[in-house]
Amino acid sequence: MEPVVHLRAAVALLDRFPALAGVDLDVDAGEVVLVRGPNGAGKTTLLRVCAGLLPVASGEARVLGVDLVRHRSDVRRRVGLLGHATFLYEDLSVAENLDFWTRAVGASTDDGRAALDRLAVAPRLHDLPVRALSAGQRRRVSFAAMVARRPELWLLDEPHAGLDATGRDVIDGLIGEAAAAGATVLFASHELDRAEAVAHRTVTVSGGAVLAEGASR
Amino acid sequence: MIRGAALMAGKDLRLEWRSKVGISQVLPFAVLVVLLFAFALDPDRGVLERATSGLFWVVVLFSAVLTVQRSFAVEAEDGVLDALRLTGLSPAAVYLGKVAALVVQLLVLEAVLALAVAVFYDTTFRGWPLVVGVTFAATLGIAGAGAVYGALAARLRSGNTLLPLLLLPLLAPVLISATRGFEVGFGREAGPGWPWAALLGIFAVVYLTLGAALFRPLLEDT
Amino acid sequence: MTVDNPPGTARPAAGRPPGAGPVPAHTGSRATRLLGIASLVGMVALVVFGLWLSPPDTQLGETIRILYMHVPTVSAAYLAFVITAVASVAYLWKRTEFWDLLAASSAEIGVLFFGLTIFNGMLWGKITWGVFWRWEPRLTTTAVLLLTYLGYLAVRQIPSDRRTRGTVSAVIGIMAVVNIPITHKAVDWWRGLHQEKTIFGTVDPDMRGLQLFSAYLGLVVFLLLFAWLLIHRFRVAWLAERVGDADLDVAIAERRAEGAQVGGGTPS
Repeated sequence: MEPVVHLRAAVALLDRFPALAGVDLDVDAGEVVLVRGPNGAGKTTLLRVCAGLLPVASGEARVLGVDLVRHRSDVRRRVGLLGHATFLYEDLSVAENLDFWTRAVGASTDDGRAALDRLAVAPRLHDLPVRALSAGQRRRVSFAAMVARRPELWLLDEPHAGLDATGRDVIDGLIGEAAAAGATVLFASHELDRAEAVAHRTVTVSGGAVLAEGASR
Repeated sequence: MIRGAALMAGKDLRLEWRSKVGISQVLPFAVLVVLLFAFALDPDRGVLERATSGLFWVVVLFSAVLTVQRSFAVEAEDGVLDALRLTGLSPAAVYLGKVAALVVQLLVLEAVLALAVAVFYDTTFRGWPLVVGVTFAATLGIAGAGAVYGALAARLRSGNTLLPLLLLPLLAPVLISATRGFEVGFGREAGPGWPWAALLGIFAVVYLTLGAALFRPLLEDT
Repeated sequence: MTVDNPPGTARPAAGRPPGAGPVPAHTGSRATRLLGIASLVGMVALVVFGLWLSPPDTQLGETIRILYMHVPTVSAAYLAFVITAVASVAYLWKRTEFWDLLAASSAEIGVLFFGLTIFNGMLWGKITWGVFWRWEPRLTTTAVLLLTYLGYLAVRQIPSDRRTRGTVSAVIGIMAVVNIPITHKAVDWWRGLHQEKTIFGTVDPDMRGLQLFSAYLGLVVFLLLFAWLLIHRFRVAWLAERVGDADLDVAIAERRAEGAQVGGGTPS
């Protein structure tokens, strides 16, 4: 079976800087893969390339069977990306944000409400504007919006950042469930102890390339 | 595509309703400029009366710049633009949604402005079919071109200060045509008025078509 | 690709020997030198024919001589903006630097020629109307369009990555050219209501003999000048893009070398 993520000598340029300088990576369906590496290693760029947001300058890149070199916009609807930004409209309420983002991908708004429950976002927060929430609460709402899309590939950029212990547990639980249900997860994290417990496999990225691969503990 | 555009437009109007930036900032600004013109041009000598149509549309253009800026500032906040690209909504749908929301906001602004002008400049809106036709066509054109320039200015570092320089010269024919159309409508100028409305209509159609086509590259690549 | 010469050594003048490397030290070539010589000789001929040999016009008098420059500069400017638009479309389609830089270079020279057009239009106005500026349709249109393209050039000055700059300016290059006929129509109609005397009357004075020759000579000379400037401007722009544009393979090797040192702090 074709791997969900297949990169060969993939190069991605941020203007003239090769943020990814020839990445080789294969991720199979249902795998949970941790991407670790120092700041500036290219982790965020790697995730954005897989989401179809950044062009691949050279090399091979296929995600979910889509050739990213030619048709990268076709993959976007099928992946879920959790980034450093919240991807939320600050002046809209939590519920309005969820409704908009689920409708925009053609999902049901019920999925959005269900996802908010899964992330333990209290119902009293639903009608508050996002700008009134704390950073951790926003993070949960962003995560809910991503889960509600029912993505085939989860791309998580430091999913644990800014969350309390309960929040981290919830997210780890969701990642496990997603993988069990056949989704694939690629995530970057600096919380190595926690992350390696969740991941099936760890890859180390540095200098815009994959340095080492190894099974997780 | 209609569904996507309606979703975007609904979201924009809701966002405006929640934040009230247009109502509490742009609208008062527009009325303020109407008053400032009265201070600058002596109201007793009939200068204001003669200049009303032109002043009306100049105020609309300035306010439109602010409205467009606001409309795309919300898309620039906190990664929302990336999120929009990830939805798979067609860029043309996003564009038409933004335009529709801008049109609604500008029409409200123009209605308030018309009232302000009627009160402060003592303008009677005769020939209203032409006045209404000109207003709709001009507003479509302003929103159509404005949405494209708003989107591209949002991608540039000092885009907000550059937006007026980019947008206003492009809208010069709209200003000319809408002002002449109003003059004819008010009966202050002889000659047929509908050709002006037609020219505005052509402007609107041309820029809406171009915008729908050019929004893909504007939204797509980084 | 090897870059031997920093673009600081680029000389936008013809008449220098060609460089040896793939990126020459200057922007001249045999073809541009010929073009340059032709436009300079043509310019001298135009001055001689336009200012001395051709007779004054029966209606316009001596001011007809401005026309030998005015019409060519405005024609070259419009040609420049059409080139910008076509190159912009090609850029959005092909995504190659060539089209982006061609669009930008052409717009810059178009603005220069538009500036000249307004300048000589104002000179004509001073002589004919006694004032530098009147809201004459052609001058008005030119002024509005000049501002449109100043915006285009301003966008290119903003530091941003090359793809963003290329996309944004291509969109403006296309939007702006479509506005040319619409602006023309609106302004003509508007000033037509006022029955103003347009610049050069009918713009089509009954020219014959040496007058007609001078008019066509002007057109040819300014088109040559335009082509010459455009080629050089494009080459300068091309060289400027090469600054700090190290070989991609080298950049990738350097980037991968960071991986050897743990904790390299390059922003990503």
